[in-house]
Amino acid sequence: MTVANLKKQPSSPRTLLGLLMTGVAGACLLLTLIPLFAVLIYVTVQGISRINLDLFTKLPPPPGLSGGGVANAIIGTLIVVVIAVAIAVPIGVLAAIYLSEFSDDNQIARGVRFATNILSGVPSIIAGIFAYGLFVASGILGFSAIAGGAALAVLMLPTIIRTTDEALQIVPQDIRWAALGVGAYKFQTVLFIVLPAALPSILTGVTLAIARAAGETAPLIFTALFSNFWPKGVKEPIATLAVLVYNFATVPFAPQQQLAWAASLILVFLVLATSVGARLATRRKSF
Amino acid sequence: MVAPSYSRPTALQSRSVLEKNLETGFRGLTFIFALSIGLILLLIALVVTIRAWPAIVEYNVGFLFNNLWDPVKNNYGALAVIVGTLVSSVLALLIAVPLGLGTAIFLSEDFIPLNIRIILVFLVELLAAIPSVVYGLWGIFVLIPLIRPLGFWLNSTLGWIPLFSSKPAGPGMLPAGVVLAIMILPIITAIARDSLAALPPELRQASLGLGATRWETIFRVLVPAAFSGIVGGIMLALGRAMGETMAVTMLIGNSNKLSASLLDPANTISSLLANQFAEASGMQVAALMYAGLVLMLLTLVVNILAEFIVNKVKAKYS
Repeated sequence: MTVANLKKQPSSPRTLLGLLMTGVAGACLLLTLIPLFAVLIYVTVQGISRINLDLFTKLPPPPGLSGGGVANAIIGTLIVVVIAVAIAVPIGVLAAIYLSEFSDDNQIARGVRFATNILSGVPSIIAGIFAYGLFVASGILGFSAIAGGAALAVLMLPTIIRTTDEALQIVPQDIRWAALGVGAYKFQTVLFIVLPAALPSILTGVTLAIARAAGETAPLIFTALFSNFWPKGVKEPIATLAVLVYNFATVPFAPQQQLAWAASLILVFLVLATSVGARLATRRKSF
Repeated sequence: MVAPSYSRPTALQSRSVLEKNLETGFRGLTFIFALSIGLILLLIALVVTIRAWPAIVEYNVGFLFNNLWDPVKNNYGALAVIVGTLVSSVLALLIAVPLGLGTAIFLSEDFIPLNIRIILVFLVELLAAIPSVVYGLWGIFVLIPLIRPLGFWLNSTLGWIPLFSSKPAGPGMLPAGVVLAIMILPIITAIARDSLAALPPELRQASLGLGATRWETIFRVLVPAAFSGIVGGIMLALGRAMGETMAVTMLIGNSNKLSASLLDPANTISSLLANQFAEASGMQVAALMYAGLVLMLLTLVVNILAEFIVNKVKAKYS
């Protein structure tokens, strides 16, 4: 074998096949990203002309008429998400505290982590029929913001538990030992030392869960239902942006379809802003 | 100047009863909430089963093999929607697996500088963040008109294959499968990338040291080593695809007829629920709950399998 043979042969079948495969893999990446930009650009182009003050202050117009806005759906989304957060955050954070601080990674903790993963795989529509069966069909509540919020809470729980669990585990062990060393109880250590230290990461996780929940539609179409009017209370059907998009996308009236695009733009903007914001916030995190 | 008076430590004081109780109480509280996650899972299964019970008694397992869905005569069977769920998910996998795997390899090896890769990885993740209903809206106005010509071409040239034996109706299995593929791509890419990145660097070094090219290393060493992780990711994506609702509901056409053609309108379990639940009453609610229960069991099996496969891989290289 001569030394020249050890050099890369630009025209050998092996090199050419490698080049070809690199091209194919790059093309896969491009094909994967095209839909992202196609959706972002199309939603922006279709929705931006409808962004004005009325959109954020007025009710949707009657079918076929133009003007108006989606203010009731914006407020409704806010209400439903606040209810979901109020249910999911205490449960999720306390469960995660058990996993990270008290469980010593025992059999129960492993079971709970497994259940969390399985819960995150439960389809959102199943969370919807669960909340429907629990509250609406039983006659406890009827179609309402609370039933919708409960369904969303089920979907938010796994994300909140996982991010809180991870955030707590990143807190250095020295901090716990220091607190315990000066005589603090474990609950004082957790509540006043560890939890505050992990708070930024926990909040990031909660924010991402909120962004996801705000875009969920399936569990809301038969729990929160929809309403063309201002929210009357948490025990009444309530409008949400996501259900508004679904309802107005399929009606044959152009003004309603425009509202659907505008509402989509608000939703997408919300999701993008939180995702990018969360990304930047966690990058600066250090101890 | 008066010296500050310190209280002199005499002996270590015993801890207050209140704090001791708070400690036990707090521990107990976190324990109960941790257990409640499992209970919620059980409660979901219980509530859905109870609500489905009248239909389970009435139709039994025949429900799974009957393709009639007739609210007027109160005769229900879920065959068409079960088949629709499976076909749409498999179609989505057929499109998404090669694309996702290619993307994952491209983003896990050093084809491009690291900081550009980080941005691209983030962009792929963003695909998963866009709400399903927005994909649905986009699908109605952009995707369906866009792939209609493809449907006509498939029908005119390959029409002798049952899969393409009808003229595209607009909404149907094909656009639903395409949009599902877009929605599961980020999961497949992320998990395949993680599995490849988790491989010990020695594997790569050894293969390159023996004179293999980069792509020979990828195909003969890295992908086989990460295979079970990749399969686990595909399973998770399958579970997601079977449960995905809004985009599919808006694009699949919602027809409960069984048809072999991908160009015909069809239906899935989740889109059946999304369409009919709000207006259903009596036995129809029970039948819908029964269908929901079937969907839940399907996704449960797929997800538990995926969970085991992914965990096994983690154990292998940790």
